[in-house]
Amino acid sequence: MNSAASRGRAGVIGFIVAEASLFGVFVVAYLFYLGKSVTGPTPREVLDLPIVGTLCLLSSSVTVALAARALAAARVTRAGFWLFVTVVLGLAFLGSTAREWRRLIVDRGLTIGTNLFGTTFYPLVGLHASHVILGLIMLGLCLALACSGALKAIHAERVELVSWYWHFVDGVWVVVFTVVYVIGR
Amino acid sequence: MATAPVPAPLSTPHDIIEASSPSGLAATLHDWVVTVDHKRLGIMYVVTGLVFLVIGGVEAFLMRLQLAQSGLTLVPAETFNRLFTLHGTTMVFLVGIPIVFGFANYLVPLMIGARDLAFPRLNAFGFWILLFGGVLLYWSFVGGDGLYGAGSAPAVGWFAYAPLTERAFTPGNATDYWNLSVLVTGFGTIATAINLIATIATMRAPGMTLGRMPVYVWTVLTVSAMTLIILPPLSAAQIMLLLDRFLGAHYFDTQAGGSAIIWQHFFWFFGHPEVYILMVPGFGFVSEIIPVFSRKVIFGYVTLVAATVSIGAVAMSTWAHHMFTVGMGGTLNSFFAASTMLVAVPTGVKIFNWLGTLYGGKLRFRTPLLFCCAFLFQFLCAGLTGVMLAVAPFDWQLTDSYFVVAHFHFVLFGALIFTIFAALYYWFPKATGRMLSERVGRWVFWLLVVGFNVTFVTMHFPGVLGMPRRIYTYPADRGWDLLNLVTTLGVPLQALAVLIFVINVVYSLRHGAPAGDNPWEAWTLEWATTSPPPAYNFATVPPVTSRRPLWDAQHPDDPDWPHE
Repeated sequence: MNSAASRGRAGVIGFIVAEASLFGVFVVAYLFYLGKSVTGPTPREVLDLPIVGTLCLLSSSVTVALAARALAAARVTRAGFWLFVTVVLGLAFLGSTAREWRRLIVDRGLTIGTNLFGTTFYPLVGLHASHVILGLIMLGLCLALACSGALKAIHAERVELVSWYWHFVDGVWVVVFTVVYVIGR
Repeated sequence: MATAPVPAPLSTPHDIIEASSPSGLAATLHDWVVTVDHKRLGIMYVVTGLVFLVIGGVEAFLMRLQLAQSGLTLVPAETFNRLFTLHGTTMVFLVGIPIVFGFANYLVPLMIGARDLAFPRLNAFGFWILLFGGVLLYWSFVGGDGLYGAGSAPAVGWFAYAPLTERAFTPGNATDYWNLSVLVTGFGTIATAINLIATIATMRAPGMTLGRMPVYVWTVLTVSAMTLIILPPLSAAQIMLLLDRFLGAHYFDTQAGGSAIIWQHFFWFFGHPEVYILMVPGFGFVSEIIPVFSRKVIFGYVTLVAATVSIGAVAMSTWAHHMFTVGMGGTLNSFFAASTMLVAVPTGVKIFNWLGTLYGGKLRFRTPLLFCCAFLFQFLCAGLTGVMLAVAPFDWQLTDSYFVVAHFHFVLFGALIFTIFAALYYWFPKATGRMLSERVGRWVFWLLVVGFNVTFVTMHFPGVLGMPRRIYTYPADRGWDLLNLVTTLGVPLQALAVLIFVINVVYSLRHGAPAGDNPWEAWTLEWATTSPPPAYNFATVPPVTSRRPLWDAQHPDDPDWPHE
């Protein structure tokens, strides 16, 4: 048994549990304050479904899994390709969030201090977006290493652990999407 | 794939360090600062905790002096608020956490036959961020006042109830020092908890199955798992508070529809299980020490482990018993009262495990066992007042009174600090190679027992007579004077005990009797290596065939494993 590898797995699982607990509180706060804003605007008035961004992020979970699998099979070029696709999809998601925030802040005048909806919306979506950024940094590093030829099949375990984190970020988005854009609207 | 030749430059930095290391104090300091060794980090954690214990103790002493008689003006009201805020925050985050996780750092790899934690550098990160988090808290004395001239140390209580923490009520930066300091130490604690779980899950010696792990390792596994679930919610709530204070969010701003109650839920969802995170490893110490000084195997290992895990599980559904007076309604009150009482069941099981181990044993009343016996008695009292306070109508009468203060000091001092002293006396020989004085140990023990009980048994009564907590003085006609005076009189005894202990530690480091590998004739793996252990812990990984590997090694004709 490669004990260093299983150490990494145990560590990442622990990290993900802690992160899930962190997100849980922001989700609870969002649900708790739903409809309790003293002033407008309400979610229904200003939120649109971020369909494109969501599709990009969810499909990136598939591509990162393909990258991890390709690397495990020692197909480095293929792994690099799928890592590249994953990064592009993640950036597309971030772009859609940025566009949404710009529209909300500039056109609709909704900031974190406007009402309880703004107070709970921006930190929840922002916390998720910051995790997407962190994931993209890690994936980008993997991609850069793949391009430079430093990424080898022996690193498959590590790329797989990055992919676990990325799956987690995706899973959180499913919850955020459901809570903010489906239930909350 | 062929192994690539190691590039030559890789070895250079090591050589540079070797060559440029000066000798003497600077070299020693350098070694300790750059270390990633779990034993050194563990010792630094524990020493940090003990230093902050003295600081927090001085704060408590000042508060007790102010309350010794009615109408004293030794400490002004605002300073008193700062003192109880710093006392509480220090004792929980800078004493309890570092000592508990410091011992876990030191002992877990030794007990499971590993050479270090799973992520040694993450371990160093956890320690240093905790230490500097503590420094940040006390920097508020300088920073909080110097920057804005509004307040110095935080004065919002260790629970920092909203909306008192909002900028409208606590301007300046004092509250931010509290918030950031606790947030930062929390990150370190989460990192260490992940590290401990990964270590226990993947790095046990061959033969060290889960069912053969020392009970202490089980308690560390339980509280590390709890930490992952309950500490991030506190961090989340503190991030919300930061957003409120700096970006104008309204999470806890009641003017804009925010809720003060939800802060209490978030805080106590952390705050109550936190008590168990501190206390359960104390149970682990006791479960290691009592068998050794009774010359018996632990009574009911499986039930003890099951009780440990059950306490961890049930403890996470009891938090709102801190909130019976906020008006949650009958259903929630009943639920939290019942779940709180339920915790008493596995805890009671443990008491019988320890009594069953002592029963019929060849008892050796050395200092560690003395502290364990005092723990058994005092923890029972703490548990009984805990069940009393779980009865919601009873709590309505006594909430925020000195009865509650006495209750949780029985838990955190009478139980936790006593088990920590037992552990210090028990494992000091392993960590240093020297024994602490048995004669001085008895003095420390009796001073601490008498001082503790004079202070905290007495403290229950002004609570029952209606004395609220967090008041800086009280009128003379309430009949609380004598009780408060007696409460304060116990403090010098405890201070003296700690002083003697510190002197004994410093003296024994150089002049203590050599300990040898296994001075207590114990059976767990940490006693199989030298005292102090080498950097790599074990030259060869020791074989584990039962819960008492050293017994098996010493008695090959009568090993333990056929009886498990």
